Parts: sequence; C-alpha cells; structure tokens
Amino acid sequence: MIELRDVHKRFGENRVLQGVNLSVASGTSMVIIGGSGTGKSVLLKCILGLVHPDSGTITLDGQDVTKADRDAFLARFGMLFQGGALFDSLRVWENVAFRLVRGPKALPKAQARDVAIEKLRRVGLKPAVADLYPAELSGGMQKRVGLARAIAAEPEIIFFDEPTTGLDPIMAGVINDLIREIVVEMGATAMTITHDMTSVRAIADHVAMLHGGVIRWTGPVAEMDATPDPYVQQFIHGRADGPIESVR
Amino acid sequence: MTGILGAFGRPVLQALVALGRVVLFAGAILGHILRPPFYFRELGHSILQIGWYSLPVVGLTAIFTGGALALQIYAGGARFNAESVVPSIVAIGMTRELGPVLGGLMVAARVASSIAAEIGTMKVTEQIDALVTLSTNPLKYLAVPRVVAATLSMPVLVAVGDAIGIMGGWLVGTTRLDFNSATYLKNTADFLEAWDVGSGLVKGAVFGFIVALMGCYHGMQSARGAQGVGAATKAAVVSASVLILAANYVLTEVFFST
Repeated sequence: MIELRDVHKRFGENRVLQGVNLSVASGTSMVIIGGSGTGKSVLLKCILGLVHPDSGTITLDGQDVTKADRDAFLARFGMLFQGGALFDSLRVWENVAFRLVRGPKALPKAQARDVAIEKLRRVGLKPAVADLYPAELSGGMQKRVGLARAIAAEPEIIFFDEPTTGLDPIMAGVINDLIREIVVEMGATAMTITHDMTSVRAIADHVAMLHGGVIRWTGPVAEMDATPDPYVQQFIHGRADGPIESVR
Repeated sequence: MTGILGAFGRPVLQALVALGRVVLFAGAILGHILRPPFYFRELGHSILQIGWYSLPVVGLTAIFTGGALALQIYAGGARFNAESVVPSIVAIGMTRELGPVLGGLMVAARVASSIAAEIGTMKVTEQIDALVTLSTNPLKYLAVPRVVAATLSMPVLVAVGDAIGIMGGWLVGTTRLDFNSATYLKNTADFLEAWDVGSGLVKGAVFGFIVALMGCYHGMQSARGAQGVGAATKAAVVSASVLILAANYVLTEVFFST
C-alpha cells in the first residue's frame, strides 16, 4: 500500500502540494485527476524520490520511502513518462531492456533482447521495431515502447504520467486498454495521472481529484459521476463555469 | 549605502554560490570515477565523440596557427637578426601554449556545447528522471564517462595538434621563408625539451576535464524549454573558455615561473 500523509511541496512562492493525504491499496488502479499545474506530476515524483517533499510522510507498505534502500525501492517501480522519455541514443530494444542488463541481476544481452522483444509484442509492436531508434517511431509507438520499458522488469507498482496525451482517440483507446490489461494481468498497483476522462473510466478502480494542493475528493470510479462535489462535477463534465477558475 | 553594497555584494555572492556548486559537482564526479558500476560502452562512445571527431578542427587550427606563428616570429626576429629562432620558438610556442590553449578552446566550442545541449535536452524531456527510475545514477551514467573521456582524449589531441602546428611552421618556413628543411627540423628537435611537450599534455588533460565538467554541469542545471537548453549551452561554452584561460595562467605559473 502507498500512503501519503500531509505532504507539502512548494517551489519558491508556488505552494503546489498543501497537505496531500492519499492511500492506494495494493493491486488497485488509482487515477489522479486535476487541472494543469495542480501538482499531479509533482505528487508522483515525490513518491519516487525525484522531488523531495518539504514535509509530510510517504510510505510504501508501511516503510518510509525516504529511508528505504534506494535501488531496492526503485526496482519495485515502473514508470511511463508523459513524453515517453526514451533514450535517443539507444535502440528501442535497449531502451526496453535498460534495467534488465544492469544491476546485480543483470541478464545476458541476448536474453535481455529476447525479453524486450516479448514485451514489445505485448504492447502490440513487431520485432522489427526493436532495432530502430526512438526518433524513427511515431508518438503512439513511442508511448508503447515507454509502456514496454515500464513493464519490462515486471514491477509491483507502475506509474503512468498522462499516458494518452498527444495521441489520437483510437491510439488513446489502444493505450488505455493495454494499461488496463497489463495491470490486471500483472496484478500490479497502478497510479495514473490524466486529464482524459475516457482514460479515467477505462483504467481506474479508484479516482482522486487534486485541486488547490489537496485531494478534494477520492472514491471508487463508479461513484465519481454521482458525487455532489462541485469541483469533481465541473472537471468531469468539462464545464467552464464552476468553482474551478478558468482563464479565458 | 546599503543599496550600493547590495548591488556589488549580490553578484559576488551569486558567483560564490555557483562556484560552490561547480566544486561539489566536480567532487561528486571524481568520487564516482573509481566506484562501480562502470559504463565502458558510454566511455568508448564519448572518446569517439570528444576525441576522434575533434581531430579535424584541432588539426586545422594547429596548422594555420603554426604557419602564422612562423611568419610572425620571422618578422619580429628580423628586427634584430634573429630569424634563425623561428623553428625553436614555433615548437616551444605550440607545445607549451598554443597547442593546448587553442585546442582546448576549439574543443570547448565543439564539445562543451554539444554535451550541455544533449544533457539539457535529456533533462527537459524527462530522460534524466527516467534514468533515476531505472535505478541508474545520471551523474555516473552521463557525466563520469564524458569527463573521463575528455580528460584522456585532450592530451592526445594536444599532441596531434602540436605535431601538426610544428609541421605548419615547417611548411611556411621552408616554402615562404627559405629555410632549409633539414636545418629547420634539426633546430626544432635540438631546442625542444621533453617538459615543453609534457607540460602541454598536462594542460590538455586539465582543459579536457574543464570542458566536459562545464558541459555536464550546465546541461544538468538546464532550465525548461528550448530557451533553457540554449542558455545552458551558451553558459557551458563561455565558462569552459574562461576557465581554460584562467587555468592556463595558473598552470604556466606553476610549471615555468622562476
């Protein structure tokens, strides 16, 4: 279980997180929604240790993440970044197998390549893609490679940062379905941040809305439409009028 | 009064903060050099990029500098009938000063900029965050191989530049200034000492370290967007060039002051 208690983070005068409390049960898929610049990515990065919170505690299975053995902790995670974050200088299979060929449990190169090709196949890409460079792929293919890299080492917890941003609706649907299938198949805990309500309904078991630096509402996805919270209602229906200020 | 002090003090404090950060960054890199894991593939790639591909620019710089140096020394020496010193002064000038300094500046322009742009782009596209999530230390994976490669490659580039620069002087000396080829080469060999060459190679290693350090530091510090990467690239070239010239003076004092 991932638990955040009273997490604060500010960048200069900008108080991004102002006391976030959130629990994500093992084996469930939590989707965090919220407007642009509300700190969703910062929240994920705080859990991973890429950004250090100013105060509050973040625990994974009861252990404070800041006190955990860093390599062992990160080995439990996979992450799909918003832009893919594929390494330009490495071929596709080398990106996917990046973790597999390093560290104390490193696989031989040939075996790692086989695993990478199997993971590429799992996300719907042909083996011929393995020897291409990321710049030779379309945006949708890059997302799939990023997904293959996130699941390559079969992590217990997978983070998805805006997995469908910049994709056409059909490709977005394909990525949503893949994420759902993979999370269920692996029994992994998933945390996804997105603005895309189609993604929310396809991926989530639970939803949390981040606004004003705090979790405004959290609950099962089935209860999201019925919640009277005006912030959630405005956001999920994409209304310009409501408590969330929109700049025109 | 307070305003005036603040106006002078603020940039001084900012410069000291930046200096402290660079020193800590350099210390962290040095601390990682001998600790596993070692990324030999990245080291080989960096040696190719920094050393091998810099040979043409260093060679061209050296040959024209050697030629111009021969002409200048000849013209200056003619004022007191000392034209014969051309071979030895060209050799000493190239090996002690111009080979390492001009080579260092050319490599700074070519390499510090490309390292800063590459690492800066990796930062703004979250590739550095991705490295961390894949249990890989970005400093060790990105900075250490580049710094080691530049420190090892620069002395070789300087040695090649020295040879080509002396050849440029010989070419101009024998074709334009009527020197006898064998005499020119004998004078060069007779007056050149091992430490003339050795000191230049040591300078080269220091300059290589500075070039890669500034490229990596400014790349890692890059702000978001194309403007951030552009600013990091500019800062890397400027700081590497200024530090090379400053380090050159310090090393010259240490090596040759009597």
